[in-house]
Amino acid sequence: MSAAPIELPRWADTALVPVVSVAAALLVAGLVVLGIGESPLEATALLLKGSLGSLEGLGFTLYYATNFVFTGLAVAVAFHAGLFNIGGEGQATVAGIFAALACLWLAPLPGILLVPLAILAAAAGGAVWAFIPGYLQAMRGSHVVITTIMFNFIAATLIVYLLVEVIGKPGSMQPETADFAKHATLTPMHQLLAPFGLKLPTTPLNSAFLLALAALVAVWLLIYRSRLGYAIRTVGANPRAAAYAGISPAKITMVAMALSGALAGGLAVNEVMGVQHRLVLDFTAGYGFVGIAVALMGRGHPVGVGLAALLFGALYQGGAELSFDKPTITREMVVVIGGVVILFAGALEGLFRRLVAGTLRPGRGG
Amino acid sequence: MEIVQTLAVILDSTIRLSVPLLCAAMAGLWSERAGVVDIGLEGKMLIAAFASAVIAYKTGSAWAGLGAGIAASVALSLVHGFAAITWRGNQIVSGVAINMLAAGLTVILGNAWYGQGGRTPPLEGAARFGEIELPLVETLKSVPVLGPLYDIAVSGHAAPVYLALLCVVLTALVLKHTRFGLRLRAVGENPAAVDTAGVSVAGLRYAAVIICGALCGLGGTYLAVSQSAGFLPQMTAGKGFIALAAVIFANWRPWPALFACLLFGLLDAIAIRLQGVALPGIGQVPVQAIQALPYVMTVVLLAGFIGKAVPPKASGLPYVKER
Repeated sequence: MSAAPIELPRWADTALVPVVSVAAALLVAGLVVLGIGESPLEATALLLKGSLGSLEGLGFTLYYATNFVFTGLAVAVAFHAGLFNIGGEGQATVAGIFAALACLWLAPLPGILLVPLAILAAAAGGAVWAFIPGYLQAMRGSHVVITTIMFNFIAATLIVYLLVEVIGKPGSMQPETADFAKHATLTPMHQLLAPFGLKLPTTPLNSAFLLALAALVAVWLLIYRSRLGYAIRTVGANPRAAAYAGISPAKITMVAMALSGALAGGLAVNEVMGVQHRLVLDFTAGYGFVGIAVALMGRGHPVGVGLAALLFGALYQGGAELSFDKPTITREMVVVIGGVVILFAGALEGLFRRLVAGTLRPGRGG
Repeated sequence: MEIVQTLAVILDSTIRLSVPLLCAAMAGLWSERAGVVDIGLEGKMLIAAFASAVIAYKTGSAWAGLGAGIAASVALSLVHGFAAITWRGNQIVSGVAINMLAAGLTVILGNAWYGQGGRTPPLEGAARFGEIELPLVETLKSVPVLGPLYDIAVSGHAAPVYLALLCVVLTALVLKHTRFGLRLRAVGENPAAVDTAGVSVAGLRYAAVIICGALCGLGGTYLAVSQSAGFLPQMTAGKGFIALAAVIFANWRPWPALFACLLFGLLDAIAIRLQGVALPGIGQVPVQAIQALPYVMTVVLLAGFIGKAVPPKASGLPYVKER
């Protein structure tokens, strides 16, 4: 995004810049840990042990990573079209509402129909909530960043209203819907793999993880191997050139936003249908914002997004375990790391490019 | 008389609820008029609320808290400036990062220091801003309408409230009538022209960003040390974004921004009063509908369905000196 990009070899561009910024972010986190009087090394060891050290930890890590794959891909697809979608939270919220309505209203249907329909409903809900800002930018000239911020808040008030006044569980003081029927929920991974003789500990990891893997492949095919993906990347690189080539930037803006919102809807599939089995407030829990860090770190490429999602999943799970052992280090550490990654890999990209260029070509850098 | 009393009470809570919006809106206005888009108002207010509560608790002085709040907020502003001005990074991305940094750091540090889930200990006495009784309240009390209005709505606020209103006046005057203000606005419209005139674009933008930080600091301090008696996690609750909406709503001008903030504050005050009250002819209005109104109105305005939002021309664009 910087006005005078510093040329780097391709491998450095795709690998070194994100790695350096993550290393810097972890360093900052280490300083914070040091600042509150704990040992960063001990914290790191606990974090690794908690996230990757056991099958249970790994299950939780992959469950969190599922959320980050969806929100990261959502941001990445919009990025390719030159759009900044910070409305992942709101889109996932509306997706959750749609999915919950499908699960509750279509409950008489058999699971084999109900689950795909509910997933489609989630995707549609997210897509609608992103399409409107896309439409407003393409047709009315309002900026997608501001509109998606506003839509986050509108979605947040909408879900409160619905849960308190309309679809909330009767007689319950909690803002939540009734539990979904058993056949309307996604299968937990430990049950899914049991017939194959694999005994896994009980974790929230569910079949939405497979959906996330499929989404990674689908987005790769879409962006790098399809006509639409080519159009999206062209508009992102240069809307005017795209218009000359017969691609309508307005149309692509709307399509890319809708796709982005649909992907954000995956967060609702994992959380609402896979784990909570009912609609609750605040199930998006900031995953939408961390998704920006995931997309920036993954350089918008599905492989990168997958790896970054895994890293943040491990940080999330490891952070949760860490806060059990060390109550002074709360899970918000992940939010800080996410923020620093966004700052370093996104906003301060120019600085890091120069640092990397300087190291690669000593004497000529800078 | 009853109606005057009610109106005065509503006006009073409108002013109280508008103050954080007002500070953040003026902050956003300074930054954006200089061409630096800032969606990190929320994060800066949050860190200021935290820092001010911590220091006010430590020193027992609300004013020391204000100083700390402003310092913390300006520090985050400088991070934004470093990324956006010096390194010409994406200003939106940097703003998102600042919001996340503040949201995370405040809870981690608060929890590590006080062990109350991120809350700071309650502030008492001089550690909070007290209410200031304006002169002549007693004398004017007998005057119909204006007397109670002056007594309830105008007088009896804490110092940051009057400071915030003063900041609106100063913002309007400085931006409109001083050389600094003119140059600052020019830098947001056409930085190349300012550069040609031999004035530092980066210098002006840094000045704007620092002023923005100071104002966010005032708003955040008000939240923690005046409106509440201490810091609560995520206590800004989207106020930085409503302020952003107010700036857009006001077409990036100070006086209209004041009215937009008062309007949004009034909506908030009404929402609190209308909770569970049935209106004649309409029935019960859901509180959430009123809460969503500022956001909906901003979307509608931005889409050009009513009026037209015209941001500063160079807003969001890093300035590259020609060589």
